[in-house]
Amino acid sequence: MSGNSSSISKPPSVDPGAIHKDPDMVIFGFWVFMMSDLIFFGVVFAIYITMIGATAGGPGPRELFDFGSLFAQTMLLLTSSLTVGIATITMKHQRSQGSFLFWVVITLLLGLGFLTLELYDFSEMAAKGGVPQRSGYLSAFFGLVPLHGLHVTFGCLWMLVMIVQVLMVGMTDLVKLRFLRLALFWHFLDLIWIGIFSVVYFGGWVYG
Amino acid sequence: MNIMDYGWLGKLSWDSIVFSKLFTNFSVSEVVASTAGSIVIFATVAILFLLTWFRVWGTLWSVWLTSTDHKRIGIMYIVFALVMMTRGLLEGMVMRAQQAAAPDGFLYADHFAQLFSTHGTIMIFFVAVPFVVGLVNYVMPLQIGARDVAFPVLNQISLAITASSGILLMVSLVVGEFSTGGWSAYPPYTGTDFNPGVGPDYWIWAIVFSGAGTTLTGINFTVTILKCRAVGMGFFRMPMFCWTVLCSSILMIFAMPPLSVAALMLGFDRYLDFHFFTNDLGGNMMNYANLFWLFGHPEVYLLVLPAYGIFSEVFSTYSAKRLYGYKSLVFATMSIAVLSFTVWLHHFFTMGQSPTINIVFGIATMLIAVPTGVKVYDWMATMYRGRIRFTTPMIYSIGFLILFVIGGLSGVILANPTVDFQVHNTLFLVAHFHNVLIPGVLFGLLAGYNYWFPKAFGFRLDERLGKWSAYLWIVGFMLTFFPLYGAGLLGMPRRSFSYMDLTFKPYMLVAFIGAMVVLCALVTLILQLLVSLRDRKKNRVPVGDPWDGRSLEWSISAPAPSYNFAELPRVTDRDEFTETKEQGRAYQPPKVYRNIEMPRNNPLGFILCVLSGILMFALVWYIWWLALITALAIIVVVIASTFRWDSEQIIPASQVQQDTERWLELVKNTEPVGRDLENTPQNNGYAKLEH
Ligand code: HEM
Ligand SMILES: [Cu+2]
Repeated sequence: MSGNSSSISKPPSVDPGAIHKDPDMVIFGFWVFMMSDLIFFGVVFAIYITMIGATAGGPGPRELFDFGSLFAQTMLLLTSSLTVGIATITMKHQRSQGSFLFWVVITLLLGLGFLTLELYDFSEMAAKGGVPQRSGYLSAFFGLVPLHGLHVTFGCLWMLVMIVQVLMVGMTDLVKLRFLRLALFWHFLDLIWIGIFSVVYFGGWVYG
Repeated sequence: MNIMDYGWLGKLSWDSIVFSKLFTNFSVSEVVASTAGSIVIFATVAILFLLTWFRVWGTLWSVWLTSTDHKRIGIMYIVFALVMMTRGLLEGMVMRAQQAAAPDGFLYADHFAQLFSTHGTIMIFFVAVPFVVGLVNYVMPLQIGARDVAFPVLNQISLAITASSGILLMVSLVVGEFSTGGWSAYPPYTGTDFNPGVGPDYWIWAIVFSGAGTTLTGINFTVTILKCRAVGMGFFRMPMFCWTVLCSSILMIFAMPPLSVAALMLGFDRYLDFHFFTNDLGGNMMNYANLFWLFGHPEVYLLVLPAYGIFSEVFSTYSAKRLYGYKSLVFATMSIAVLSFTVWLHHFFTMGQSPTINIVFGIATMLIAVPTGVKVYDWMATMYRGRIRFTTPMIYSIGFLILFVIGGLSGVILANPTVDFQVHNTLFLVAHFHNVLIPGVLFGLLAGYNYWFPKAFGFRLDERLGKWSAYLWIVGFMLTFFPLYGAGLLGMPRRSFSYMDLTFKPYMLVAFIGAMVVLCALVTLILQLLVSLRDRKKNRVPVGDPWDGRSLEWSISAPAPSYNFAELPRVTDRDEFTETKEQGRAYQPPKVYRNIEMPRNNPLGFILCVLSGILMFALVWYIWWLALITALAIIVVVIASTFRWDSEQIIPASQVQQDTERWLELVKNTEPVGRDLENTPQNNGYAKLEH
């Protein structure tokens, strides 16, 4: 991709067919990736739904879920979607690198906050006997919710890398392009979370 | 036993090495297993030795292993597929020998079960898929007039993890044993309760990693076709092959995730005692069956669609005619791709759904015959009144046309649930799927191999041996698999290592003879390559158009330059190259020579191949420290690679000019050759206009 500053990236008469330069294509590629990831999630959701009753005498949703904590997690994640959006806008309007980084760090902290609460919830569940080894239902739960958590973890790592890269080379085209994809990914995870909240927690609570 | 209770080497011990069983339990079965293991070791040592002897390590590294060029990646995919095919075919022969020798066979039941499991897994995931992906990699960017695929490094990574999974399967021949659960690995049989060994774990990790590679490939190809076509190439000007690739890539994106999920969940059941598919505590194996076939059925179309594309190219080129019914072929391809997601349940009609559901899926299955029938007629109409040449690819294609219809019809028979209840799980089914996979997929791939080989290497393959191989394949296939329809109807179950009812015996004997004919076909195929290498000077086609081709890949030199096109083409017609040739616009220098920007070599793929291979091995053998280290190393390496800012290189305009002018000079000095001399040394790849 382009060099350290976008001004040196293109020799005067490079041919028009140069590949993987086109931001449009790169972003599109990421959409296609997310589509595939969505199928992945979709299939795991389907498994969860079929296993809602399969508690095998073990604890079910009503014993295990803590909606207070879940509400907090939802708020953290939704807010982080907002802040990542603000970061994207700062980037677009060429505002100072400092304010961009500020919003990214806020997003990162919100993401980490979400993960902390989620892990806390899991440990609470385990304390009540809600471990994946207990039943098919709990296996399905722990197949799906931590999968989202793993994605968030990955997003946080990505964010860290972005912060380092911005500090290293500034806001080059390549860095921007990467951040745009990260932002998309982050919104995507938000959507998945809404699915998890409605289907896994709420649906589980109603039908479980 | 708790998974943390293992020592530094996990489950590994001396007894895990296949040869140790020769001492503890000497028998023919173990000799066969040890022979297979020694072949792996011997071949590895021989390759390492030859590479050192000819001092080609440097070239191997800088030209191949680190290359991001779609053409080289494609070739590496195909080499890998051919190696795996040799193994898979040999396993098929051993199984045929066992069943021909029954009831006094020479294999243990478990050994036979490993054979059909590896054979099926290898043939689907490590022969058919990489062969398809390899051909697509080579051909598709050339056909759409692009410089490379959309994401060249991603392409390299896909190859890397596919290859390391394949190597893992090779390792399973020497260390430990493979799964006995068939290529579909149904739990609860493959769960820890019934299968505590490492076999299913080998299967799981090979599937998870190679599956991820295929998903990434699907994304890459889809974006390439949608975004990188040459100027003027609207969708309905794409060569038919590209259409089939587009549909097949979309299938990869949608169909691979269910497989990954199924395999990973099975892994959770096995490693961490989850209950997704267990018999107890609320597990539900039907979820596995649904997930697996939600992938499995689209998978077969994912494989056969590109083969249809190859046949389309072959029929039209060797009939010297425009493809008949192009649009109907496009719509048929799309219909098949969509329908392929609506039929998965026909793989388990007998597993307890209501008759109504069975009927719905049965009818959906039969519907697929309609677009497929459209295609068959289109291909025949393409040949009608064409100037047909009976070349190797044509022999495969015509063999396909006839045999595939038979295979398809047996599929329609199986689609009827009442019939399926009688013959499911018998050799009738085995005959059916080999009848579509071999003439459909494999013949297509071999036709494509013969057809595009001169483009990739600059010389033609030996035609006489090619024809021999094609005929042997056709005859061998018929002898091997047609008897199985009979044995199946008589009720012989699939996957049986022996039988008592001697009515089956004659069928098995014929099938064995057939397998030997297939072996001859394989040997001829290898011989063809060797002879062609020997005669490469004589059969050179440097101009690049040995068959009077119709699409853009034939408009450049053979082998193609690394940047593909000196100037990106502007497309005005579906058969673009034929059009330019007829209007006398072919072989023109570009108006201006420009610098061309191409991706640089990248060691990332190779590093990931090694690391993922070790990671999988460590996971299979419960060597946790090693798994942890390699997993972390993978993350670190991937992150580090994003800090590589200069991933492009510039090919200077002067270089492009020099290459192009030298080639155009060559074109000028080459005698154009008519179709009658196509397979003679006179053919230097410059096609004479004949109509
Ligand atoms: C022409 C050479 C081949 C021979 C002799 C051969 C032979 C066999 C045999 C004996 C079996 C076991 C049948 C049983 O269950 O009783 C089998 C299974 C199978 N074969 Fe082949 N085969 C050949 C080529 C192929 C090819 C080219 C493919 C795929 C592209 C393929 C895919 C499979 C699959 C998927 C299975 C099912 C494995 C299972 O039961 O899980 N085979 N084959
Ligand atoms: Cu099917």
